[in-house]
Amino acid sequence: MTTTETTVACTECEAPVRIEADALAGEILACGSCGAELELVQLTPARLQLAPEVEEDWGE
Amino acid sequence: MKVGILQSRIRIEEKLIVRELESRGVELVPIPVEREVFRLGGAADGGRDWAALDVVLERCVSHSRALSALRMLETLGVPCVNAWKVGEVCGDKLATNLALVAAGVPVPAARVAFTPESALAAIEELGYPAVIKPAVGSWGRLLARVNDRDAAEAVLEHKATLGTYHHSIFYVQEHVEKGGRDLRVFVVGDEAICAIERRSDHWITNTARGAVASKRELDDELVAISLAAARAVGGGIVAIDLFETPAGYLVNEVNYTMEFRNSIEPTGVDIPAKIVDFVLAVGEGRELSALPAPPRAAAGVPS
Ligand SMILES: Nc1ncnc2c1ncn2[C@@H]1O[C@H](COP(=O)(O)OP(=O)(O)OP(=O)(O)O)[C@@H](O)[C@H]1O
Ligand SMILES: [Zn+2]
Repeated sequence: MTTTETTVACTECEAPVRIEADALAGEILACGSCGAELELVQLTPARLQLAPEVEEDWGE
Repeated sequence: MKVGILQSRIRIEEKLIVRELESRGVELVPIPVEREVFRLGGAADGGRDWAALDVVLERCVSHSRALSALRMLETLGVPCVNAWKVGEVCGDKLATNLALVAAGVPVPAARVAFTPESALAAIEELGYPAVIKPAVGSWGRLLARVNDRDAAEAVLEHKATLGTYHHSIFYVQEHVEKGGRDLRVFVVGDEAICAIERRSDHWITNTARGAVASKRELDDELVAISLAAARAVGGGIVAIDLFETPAGYLVNEVNYTMEFRNSIEPTGVDIPAKIVDFVLAVGEGRELSALPAPPRAAAGVPS
């Protein structure tokens, strides 16, 4: 867990994306500006990556 | 206590579980499956010391990755929730059906065929409407309700031509008149902890597809059939999806990495806490992560 809230640039449109203080690596965030689904791949320093497309065997 | 979490996408469910585990003061070891290199020799191979984990909770969205990871971890001696064999049975609708039928649990009529021609014959045997589904898959994706022969032929041809080879294992079910809803009973160990019903105007009633969940009261028959279904697939933490018909309950499928975000509020049950209780009990050796397979037709539901 990170301790403070930060922002990172969206990989698609570069708009700031807010990372909440209790964010976990692997979490999916939506860019409020372009709507891209972003995966928080690393916490410190926070790094975003375009989230992978849903694959056929995904589910419950 | 050291608790590993096999994870890929962190959904609301994973955040709730992690928060709960942290509140119990256990040491959490995240295992991100997409980044992990599983060294099969374990610590001796320069990898993680898997044996140091008391228990691993599997929460991957990918069935194939979950299954392979569970298989490796269990082989290295780590108790997993759910167990590898539970994932193997629940992740495949054909395997689930076989396990449920063997245990005497009522299910919708189903057929399996391997060519479009034999699949069409299977559908005509069941009658229209019929439901064609991929044996592996979830969230209501690629399900087809076919109302007549024309539609059946079209879907089967598309699957055979455009799908991967998995789609030529044609899994066909009778269409069940379910009164616009299906039921989900959450089972943790030997307890049915709560249930919801999911209603939709669409014939597919997954909450992932927009159905609305509300609390369902448990009755003796619902509890009995759900526990029998859970036992049939090997136990652990599972969500039993059922249809309610005039002839009784039918178990449609069993989910082994269940989503529950929409079920906590309507049921008032702290599902993450129940999950964590069970995981810790397995870690302490107070519960088995999986049960031995029931003898044929022995786990039948009392009528
Ligand atoms: N044979 C059937 N008769 C009537 N409705 C059906 C039938 N099979 C599936 N459905 C509807 O479609 C929904 C999804 O079906 P099913 O659970 O088999 O697919 P899934 O993709 O594995 O979903 P899940 O996310 O629950 O794993 C069910 O909840 C039910 O409402
Ligand atoms: Zn953006």
